[in-house]
Amino acid sequence: MSTVSPHSATPKIELIGVKKAFGPKKVLDGVDLSVAKGESFVIIGGSGTGKSVMLKSILGLLRPDAGTIKVDGEETTHIGGRARDRVMTKFGMLFQGGALFDSLPVWQNVAFGLIQGQGMKRSQARDIAIEKLAAVGLGPDVANLSPAELSGGMQKRVGLARAIATTPEIIFFDEPTTGLDPIMADVINDLIVKCVRDLGATALTITHDMASARKISDRIGMLYQGKLIWQGPTSAIDDSGNAYVEQFIHGRAEGPIQMQVKLG
Amino acid sequence: MGFLSGIGRATLVFLAATGRLALFTARGLSHCVRPPFYPRLLVQQMREIGYNSLPVVGLTALFTGMVLALQSYTGFARFNASSAIATVVVLSITRELGPVMAGLMVAGRVGAAMAAEIGTMRVTEQVDALTTLSTNPFKYLVAPRLLAGTLMLPCLVLVADIIGVFGGYVVSIYRLGFNPSAYLTSTAQYLQTIDVVSGLVKAAAFGFIIALMGCYNGYHSKGGAQGVGAATTHAVVSASIMILMINYLLTGLFFS
Repeated sequence: MSTVSPHSATPKIELIGVKKAFGPKKVLDGVDLSVAKGESFVIIGGSGTGKSVMLKSILGLLRPDAGTIKVDGEETTHIGGRARDRVMTKFGMLFQGGALFDSLPVWQNVAFGLIQGQGMKRSQARDIAIEKLAAVGLGPDVANLSPAELSGGMQKRVGLARAIATTPEIIFFDEPTTGLDPIMADVINDLIVKCVRDLGATALTITHDMASARKISDRIGMLYQGKLIWQGPTSAIDDSGNAYVEQFIHGRAEGPIQMQVKLG
Repeated sequence: MGFLSGIGRATLVFLAATGRLALFTARGLSHCVRPPFYPRLLVQQMREIGYNSLPVVGLTALFTGMVLALQSYTGFARFNASSAIATVVVLSITRELGPVMAGLMVAGRVGAAMAAEIGTMRVTEQVDALTTLSTNPFKYLVAPRLLAGTLMLPCLVLVADIIGVFGGYVVSIYRLGFNPSAYLTSTAQYLQTIDVVSGLVKAAAFGFIIALMGCYNGYHSKGGAQGVGAATTHAVVSASIMILMINYLLTGLFFS
């Protein structure tokens, strides 16, 4: 998707040996990852493999048990307070379910980071919100609606408009096409590609939708049992030579990945 | 051995829960006094907790005052002490029944709503979204509710005191045949500033507890609808029990 070489400079996001467990369950077991500036990296993997935990650890919503997380070369693993606030201004995020604030109209959702985070005047923030809504294909008539009045696809678009409203340097996409029909999923994929390219942002996406992963990524990595077991350019995923990746991308029940299913 | 380990485990769980609540309280209070502040949200919460609770609290106080006058009369008439009814009504309402009844009603109405709202925000990742939008959930969700609860409950109780005393007056005059002038004189004669002030201090404490338990249980809710339902129940039950406990402690502090 981008023309930036993945290894040209200090990584925008870097994870070194990140571990996270909940009780006896090891969710992340020494994850190493490097995402270059302007790159779009997609992490694939089945449900419960730790994709969301990894994303939340980078965002500081969860604290890793071990390892190091760096953003622009600055260690952010254990920072808090104002230092965390400063790093958070670099991020935008599209949540899986949209996570729109249902007590606020659409335009206030989009303008939230501008008004509350940056202290911008409401009238100015509203103009930017309308502009961002237009960028994701929604007209100004949607601005005063409540999120509950929108379809799933429209909610995703509003979520995307909110994620890009503050012009972030890094955007996270958590299962951006989950729950959408194939056509709307493709529309969202196109919007993600367009928005990330226009902003020149670095993107980190987690998904198990292979069509989406192929379309929006420069590189893909696969997370399995808390480890990044393969990563490489998107064009190389069909020739990965990794039995786990091949089983996953072809959606086969037979293979080294055993789903825990109880029958009878 | 199993019995002892059970007691030990329960004690550890209780202490851990107490510690979590204490840390949550300290964090919530610290964000009440540190900028940025959200005056718009504070006013919104004050309207929700105070103004919108007026009908419920007013009706509760009215009927409590009326029942109090009626019950006192049936008891006191046996000892020819019915002239003390006005004093009993005003002292009971201002010291105890006004704050406690208002606290319990607001715990049911507002505490449940707070837990359900914040709990839903938690399970739908809206709380996480606040963080990613450079907004501290404690400042945005918890601090305005704690402040609004602490400020508005005394206002509600002041209104409840007046309505409750009025309820007692109506029953005493129009049903029991008391002399209006004598009743009002008795009401004012034995009422002291401490009676009203103690009720208002209790109300402030109750308002804080209601908001704290609503926020705490909502913030820590897990799972889906069932988790939010459980958080709502815990918020109302724990706030109600704490109101009754703190009422006893404050009564002891003011009047023993």
